[in-house]
Amino acid sequence: MQFLVDTLLNAAMASAATALVSIGLALIFGVMRIENFAHGELYMVGAYVTWYVTAGLGLNYFAGLAGAVAVTALIGAFMEVALFRRLRSNPVGCLIVTVGVLLVLQTAMVWLFGINSTLLVDTPFPGVLKLGAVNLPWHRLFVIFAAIAVMGALSWLLRGTRFGWAIRAAAQDREAASLQGISIGRIAVYAIMLSAGLAGAAGSLMAPLVRISPFMGQPIIITAFIVVIMGGIGSIEGAIIASVVYSTFYTFVSAYIDSTIAIIAGLCIMLGVLIFMPSGLLGKAEKV
Amino acid sequence: MTFAKALPVTSATLAIALAALIPTVFGDYYTSFCTEIAITVLMLSSYRIIVLTGEWSFAHVVLQGVGAYTAAILAKGYGWPFPLTLPAGALMAATVAAVLSYPLLRMKGFYFLMGSFGAAEAIRLLWRKIPFFGGTRGLSNIRPPYLDLAGIEIDFGDPGNFFYLTLAIVVCCLFLMWRIESARIGRIWRAVNQQDVLAQSVGIDSRSYRRLAFVVAAGFAGVAGVLLAYAFGSITPNRFNLNFALYLMIWSIVGGTRTFYGVVLGGIILLGFDEALRFAEELRPGVYGLLLIGVMLFCPQGLERIFVPLVERLRGPVSSASPDPSVTETQQ
Repeated sequence: MQFLVDTLLNAAMASAATALVSIGLALIFGVMRIENFAHGELYMVGAYVTWYVTAGLGLNYFAGLAGAVAVTALIGAFMEVALFRRLRSNPVGCLIVTVGVLLVLQTAMVWLFGINSTLLVDTPFPGVLKLGAVNLPWHRLFVIFAAIAVMGALSWLLRGTRFGWAIRAAAQDREAASLQGISIGRIAVYAIMLSAGLAGAAGSLMAPLVRISPFMGQPIIITAFIVVIMGGIGSIEGAIIASVVYSTFYTFVSAYIDSTIAIIAGLCIMLGVLIFMPSGLLGKAEKV
Repeated sequence: MTFAKALPVTSATLAIALAALIPTVFGDYYTSFCTEIAITVLMLSSYRIIVLTGEWSFAHVVLQGVGAYTAAILAKGYGWPFPLTLPAGALMAATVAAVLSYPLLRMKGFYFLMGSFGAAEAIRLLWRKIPFFGGTRGLSNIRPPYLDLAGIEIDFGDPGNFFYLTLAIVVCCLFLMWRIESARIGRIWRAVNQQDVLAQSVGIDSRSYRRLAFVVAAGFAGVAGVLLAYAFGSITPNRFNLNFALYLMIWSIVGGTRTFYGVVLGGIILLGFDEALRFAEELRPGVYGLLLIGVMLFCPQGLERIFVPLVERLRGPVSSASPDPSVTETQQ
């Protein structure tokens, strides 16, 4: 019973973290048509910043969360202004530059904190919630609710505000949007800050639960790409649905069978989706 | 023969002659390193065949792995000699590529990139999982070839001898690739990349030609894999991971994919650079990252951008034999 509940909780938590990372990825693709390979590294930077602010500076966990979002959003803005903007006419160039950023961020963290760092972030919610025979760790519940809250806020931002309309308009048709007086350059900066901040938030939320290492971004970016492709590149709803489906499937298969088999099965599902629905599950859905 | 025509032949001969001196000039360590460079150059030039058709693939290193595993299993388990494992590895890699190409080449661009990654990673994880392939530890103790030609015995366990063997095979492969590329099929590959719709409208089935490129490239990658298995004496699934695939991509981009020698030069320069950075193993990826960003921003066609005008000037006025830059420029 406890094992099943643990697995379910882990699945929900993995879904939440994957969704936060992959909606950022879908958002940036929707608006700028860039596949950001460095997105997983922003997640990693988020975790490191949280550690630094809480353990290094001795501040509250929530200050760490805010710091993680701020730092990753700034890195995102820098990427857009210094790199992507200059390579606008060269989509493959953008993709390759994100690989460069990935390597630089990884190396920077190795250089600053070492390869085998044993960094621990204390959770603001220690202890477990006892419900009859099962135990639910508070922080895991917090991650799930925080992710849902962030996604709700994002949905309101995109659908209920002028800023959100501008982003969606830019994603749908860049030229028409700029004819309506929307500054594509400014929207691109905001969109990438939003996207990077989401990855940073996910890294910060997961920091107390996972081993922080310079290479922790790699598995999550691979999962996020699988999810984004399954959901249909650029579709945020698709990314969320695919996150839940894939993470639940993956967690259950790795808990009950084997984690390598879970990855292989996940990759085969992705290939299957690509073969039969080349634009993903919700590929034809409204972009962003 | 005009100077323009003689130049590639002369420079290639000179390069081969210089390369042949390596084992006598350097010690065993650097000779083995040069063997590695030769294998990587083969990998890069075969990768360029896919790039010619306008695609980037993550599966290429795993196809090299298919060649390596085939050779290792046949040599260790069934005692096949080197002259048989070499074509077997190439054939196996090409066959696997042909099978993979059916689902993968339904996609293009980024979807193809991710699809190739998915397929490659699935194969690599299977190697780790199945005991027949040696699991995570891979296969080791692959004996270097030993030749007995009517009394003349050559032991390729000696790094120098193995280097000559590798050099000979790599040069043959490069020559073959150069011939393929300058033949009609090479022009079709470029056409498929640059003007897909136009190419289709004149009756070229672009998907079959992209498939052909994928399979041919895999065959050469298989040869590189066989050489790799013998050069190191052991192979592990981790050797063919995403990082290696990324490096392959980085090397070809930094070198430049427009011309044949751009890739070759890029590979040699960057591997030398790699060796020079050995003292700072942990910082190496970051240096690569910065290099990649710099090249993309300031020299998007790669380092060959610097060499090409030089060679063109040496060649004099553009003859019909030399590639027209406006035609050969691969879309970035």
